[in-house]
Amino acid sequence: MPDALLTLAGVHTHIGQYHILQGVDFGVPRGGVTVLLGRNGAGKTTTMRTIMGLNPPSRGQITFDGATISGLTPHAIARSGVAYVPEQMGVFADLTVAENMTLAALAGPPDTARLEWIFSFFPALKKFWRSPAGVLSGGQKQMLAIARAVIEPRALLLIDEPTKGIAPAIIDNMIGAFEELKQQATTILLVEQNFHFASSLGDTVAVMDDGRIVHAGSMAALATDTTLQSRLLGLSLDAHG
Amino acid sequence: MTTTVAPAAVDADKDDALKGAPRDWLPLLLVPALAVLAYPLVGNPSTWVTLTIAALAMGMMIFVIASGLTLVFGLMDVLNFGHGAFIAVGAYVAMTVLGTLQGWTQAPSLALNLAALGLATLAAMTATGALGWAFERVIVRPVYGRHLEQILVTTGGLIVAEQLIHVIWGGDQKPMPLPTALRGAITLGDINIEKFRLLAVLVGLVVFGVIALVLQRTKIGLLIRAGVENREMVEALGYRVRRLFVGVFVVGSALAGLGGTLWALYRETLTAAIGGDVIVLVFIVIIIGGLGSVGGCFIGSILVAMMANYTGYVAPKVALASNILLMVAILMWRPQGLYPVAKR
Ligand SMILES: Nc1ncnc2c1ncn2[C@@H]1O[C@H](COP(=O)(O)OP(=O)(O)OP(=O)(O)O)[C@@H](O)[C@H]1O
Ligand SMILES: [Mg+2]
Repeated sequence: MPDALLTLAGVHTHIGQYHILQGVDFGVPRGGVTVLLGRNGAGKTTTMRTIMGLNPPSRGQITFDGATISGLTPHAIARSGVAYVPEQMGVFADLTVAENMTLAALAGPPDTARLEWIFSFFPALKKFWRSPAGVLSGGQKQMLAIARAVIEPRALLLIDEPTKGIAPAIIDNMIGAFEELKQQATTILLVEQNFHFASSLGDTVAVMDDGRIVHAGSMAALATDTTLQSRLLGLSLDAHG
Repeated sequence: MTTTVAPAAVDADKDDALKGAPRDWLPLLLVPALAVLAYPLVGNPSTWVTLTIAALAMGMMIFVIASGLTLVFGLMDVLNFGHGAFIAVGAYVAMTVLGTLQGWTQAPSLALNLAALGLATLAAMTATGALGWAFERVIVRPVYGRHLEQILVTTGGLIVAEQLIHVIWGGDQKPMPLPTALRGAITLGDINIEKFRLLAVLVGLVVFGVIALVLQRTKIGLLIRAGVENREMVEALGYRVRRLFVGVFVVGSALAGLGGTLWALYRETLTAAIGGDVIVLVFIVIIIGGLGSVGGCFIGSILVAMMANYTGYVAPKVALASNILLMVAILMWRPQGLYPVAKR
């Protein structure tokens, strides 16, 4: 893979006695959006958690920006420049929106201009700034989870299914936000089921099944090849677009 | 470091923003409700006042002991049955220091008395804090995430600590006399208020205030609150929860040492088993309060102490049973305790 920011090579992950990832190989090119597709239970979330160090790999190697990160603790991986938006969002319900953002900003208090930029996509966060995150709706929590990940520039964003249960208008805002992040040289690894969202943002794509990568290539090629789509993903994904 | 971020643009439209969640006051009402309920049963107004103040004092001591334990559980799901060891060790260390400072404790000077108590407490907290640090390293760390082993191993630690107390201080019951100026009671009409109880209430309130301030106003406090809710996410944001946990464990152990000192002075006597008497109430308190909730722990401590004091007077035989009943009743109302901590 030419100039990959993140590379997984032969990664196996066990959770308890279950062998979930069974040799995952793929790369995430620097500065682009890579979409990880696959049916439910394929191992997408486990892949994200393995990269983040939350389910450390039992075998194989993960390199990020030239350094091996497999074996590091989650906090060390985060500090090396990886931000994570988990599938369950991981918003701290007892903390206010402001406090959630404060924790996410590692370099000091959140930058005002950066906050305004975030509010321009997710105005609800400004409205509920002093409210406990627990009172936010599901979609607003998703906005907060994403806002936390982007409050400071990071080299790599891991985002697990951001559009689940989100209104179309907000999905368009998200696309806008991610487009701008791309221009700021942020690399994104995105798990996504919404093919409209995935194909409008994605540069490259990796498809998982049963804990392995079964296809990797450009998004453009997959988006135009309906036969490949139905072979890899079962149903034709055009229905979503 | 404060946790309030106030970008100018945000403050500008503060008015139409929601300001904080509606607070949940219901559990708070249980305290006056229980006091009012007990009044006709106790019958005598001055006895009722005395019992209520005794309950507040006892509640504060239980709270001081329980506050660290509830956070230890909340942060790392660690069940520490060895917490009673810190209570006992703290009390013994304080007793030793007070013994060497008899010139001060027996002088008819409140200032000298308090200075002696202050030094004894400091020594007790330092010793139990250090012991807590070693306990976490040697006993708790190898069994992170394994509850059954935690119960066995920390109970083992408690037994070892009690035996060590026997070796160092002997197995007999020791006197723990109060300093001169703190003995006796202040009389207001026909109400007697023991001076030491007032001091215990004061200490408990100060500890609660400081903990609340740290949790609400500092970055460390923010991290603790977030970690109690979702440890994994705090780590994924770039923080070492384990280090935070060691800090909480050490502070919790030191507070248990403080609580043990107060408890021994309250009873004016101590044995190596002193921790065992109070730890049952402590566990009831942290379950009632909601595991990981300091606010719940505070209210739970007062409720449990009230129950113990009122029933201890009205029907002494059922004092402990009444608290188990209280726990069952509260859990039927709120299965996660008075202030459940949101878990992911
Ligand atoms: N903690 C766990 N214990 C046991 N099995 C698990 C655990 N977490 C995940 N699995 C299993 O691992 C497999 C992959 O799960 P994963 O969550 O990674 O899939 P996914 O691709 O993200 O699915 P979805 O699209 O539904 O989110 C599934 O079969 C799941 O049952
Ligand atoms: Mg998933």
